[in-house]
Amino acid sequence: MADKNPFPGENNTGHIWDDNIRELDNPPPGWWMISLWASIAFFFGYILLYPSLPIGNEPTKGLLDWTSIGEYQRGLDVVNEVRAPFEEKIKGLTAKQILEDDGLTTYTLASAKVLFGDFCAPCHGGGGQGGPEYPVLVDDNWLYGGAVETIEQTITNGRKGVMTANANILKPEETDALVKAVMSGDPVKEPLYMAKGCVGCHGPDGKGMQVLGSANLTDKIWRFTAADQEQSVRDTIMHGVNFAGDAKTREAIMPVFGDRLSKDEIKKLAVYVYKLGGGQ
Amino acid sequence: MMSSNTDSSSTDKALDDIYEDYEHWELNTGDETIHAKRISGFWRNIKWLTGSLWILYFLGYFIRWGDRQAVFFDIGNRQFHIFNFTILPQDFWMLSLLLLFFALLLAASTALFGRVYCGFFCFQTIWTDVYTWIEEKLEGNPAKRRKLDKAKMDFTKFRVKFIKHTLWLIIGFVTGVSFVAWFYDGIQLWKDIFTFQVGSTAAITIAMFTVGTYVLAGFLREQTCFWLCPYARIQSVMIDATSAVVTYDFHRGEPRGRVKKGQPEAERTTGDCVDCKQCIAVCPTGVDIRHGSQEGCINCALCIDACDAVMEKLNRPTGLIRYESLDEIDGKEVRPLLKRPRVWIYSAIMTLALAGIAYGLSTIDAIELKVLHDRQPLFVLQSDGAIQNKYMLKILNKIDRDVSVNISATGPDGLKIIGADKPVKARHGNITPHTVFVRVPSENLNAETMPIVFHIVTTGSGEEQFSSDRESVFIGPRR
Repeated sequence: MADKNPFPGENNTGHIWDDNIRELDNPPPGWWMISLWASIAFFFGYILLYPSLPIGNEPTKGLLDWTSIGEYQRGLDVVNEVRAPFEEKIKGLTAKQILEDDGLTTYTLASAKVLFGDFCAPCHGGGGQGGPEYPVLVDDNWLYGGAVETIEQTITNGRKGVMTANANILKPEETDALVKAVMSGDPVKEPLYMAKGCVGCHGPDGKGMQVLGSANLTDKIWRFTAADQEQSVRDTIMHGVNFAGDAKTREAIMPVFGDRLSKDEIKKLAVYVYKLGGGQ
Repeated sequence: MMSSNTDSSSTDKALDDIYEDYEHWELNTGDETIHAKRISGFWRNIKWLTGSLWILYFLGYFIRWGDRQAVFFDIGNRQFHIFNFTILPQDFWMLSLLLLFFALLLAASTALFGRVYCGFFCFQTIWTDVYTWIEEKLEGNPAKRRKLDKAKMDFTKFRVKFIKHTLWLIIGFVTGVSFVAWFYDGIQLWKDIFTFQVGSTAAITIAMFTVGTYVLAGFLREQTCFWLCPYARIQSVMIDATSAVVTYDFHRGEPRGRVKKGQPEAERTTGDCVDCKQCIAVCPTGVDIRHGSQEGCINCALCIDACDAVMEKLNRPTGLIRYESLDEIDGKEVRPLLKRPRVWIYSAIMTLALAGIAYGLSTIDAIELKVLHDRQPLFVLQSDGAIQNKYMLKILNKIDRDVSVNISATGPDGLKIIGADKPVKARHGNITPHTVFVRVPSENLNAETMPIVFHIVTTGSGEEQFSSDRESVFIGPRR
């Protein structure tokens, strides 16, 4: 710092570095001060109008009585108002009657999409494409039937089909023969199909029975898919499905939704699933 | 610090160079309001003429076409009417061509004649011109205006300033209303304004335009051209030595010098420039054109008028300041217009853009089909081994009435289309979505992806038929 100010008359504070860098004592520009005071005014205005000060358990209410949840609720009310006439109509109709009305079907598909995403997609996939353990909803193959009423029933009450484990009653070569027969798509030709009782559930033609939810063994669609399809068939034959006596049995349970969703929601979901591409 | 034994004459030379630059470096940062002198002349008239094109902006929306405004950008209904054309957002690619055309028009005009857009057409220039015209009418010539600015506020000053600012604000307000009017029914808008029923969007837009016009044309003025406007800067790089811009003929003018009274013309040792500074006095951006082409010059040519008037009085040839390229001033050979590649390239792109718009306007489809292939899942295996794909068809109807369309498809052999057995109703001015499934026996699929074409055609035999095609893909398992 210099003893004598080498830059007189320019209103510097006397702090001088490196010969000529010095601190001036000028007031901030007018626009800057205006902005500062405007910000301060804004601050007080905001506190006054909106919830802000955390006093006690809740913040101060603010003169506008505004809350974000309130704004959300108002938005939701507007949406519900638009939906109301459709929902009112749906209440009085069966799923089948909804399908007969193009406009209502369009509305139902749009509104049930969210329900499907929340409740069905975790197992059946966002587009109903299913998975190795979970049934495809977009094809024309149905264990219990593809009528919209049946789909509604399935969602309401859930499904739990049972296939016995056969590991104990089949010799290894008998298992091999049955696996081969099922893989061929024409299992009834194999004498063991009758002898070992497969016919009881899968029927004399091998096409399954929708009352029982037993799989059609003659079509191109597998209930349980795997990279090694033959191994998958073998596992199913040996350990069954939902069979209490076998620890390795397949678990395949469609949960009950009747207690989680309203009747109308289930109706809408049934229409949605029906319209995914496989409804019959 | 400089060492003392440097050759003193070379030091002087260096200092001269430095100070020469310094003298010319007058940075206009708006510390002082530029009060330009208004004089009449050829270019002044041209400026009024080109500026009056903006009357269309204020009055054009009153033109009607049938029962609607002739040019009407109806954002609410997403329809854009230009006389008998109705353009939907789907046709907006034409807008990009239009923007391309105008961008290139700016480039071409700048390459040929410098910033003529800035000087004669730009709203900033024209509005500022009108604002200062009002200022001159109320407050008098530049000298009086400077005096009034410095004078203490009294009743007379207040009255004059009050009238001026009120007029400025009114112009700003009408500018805002006119802008909104192109997006609203203009006549209805004026009715709404007088009955205080303007919607908030329109009101906010008008308010912003009012303030914007008032501040930009009333206060920022040439500062906008200096420091805000990107086009001013872009245009600077489009000019070259062949561009005819407002230029001071320094070969003829220098050395400049005041006219000495009584001196015979034959004894004159100075150039034609008499250093009267009229060119600076009339300049709306306050630059000295004698320093050559510069960032502040908007090529408005008012200095040409000023200089010519002086030259005429002194019986010297006019055109000391004129529209001329640097090459020509320097006496270089001037390349003819048609031998400049820029002229060709710019014209080619402009023609292409216009051709594209013409093509677009003449082939706007009445109905248009878009196809979205469902991706979750890509395909579905059916129990008989057939493969099913799901498609969302989006039918855009640009006709002024609802129509019904029949859907069909051509693609792999044996394809069956499900969900197209009855006609689909397509609402006018809207997109109607419709889902269809297509099923193909798997033995007919010889590739993972096969082309499929969807076809829609309007029903009804008596009326004019419209149709649209769209290609998509049919996807099957990997093979």
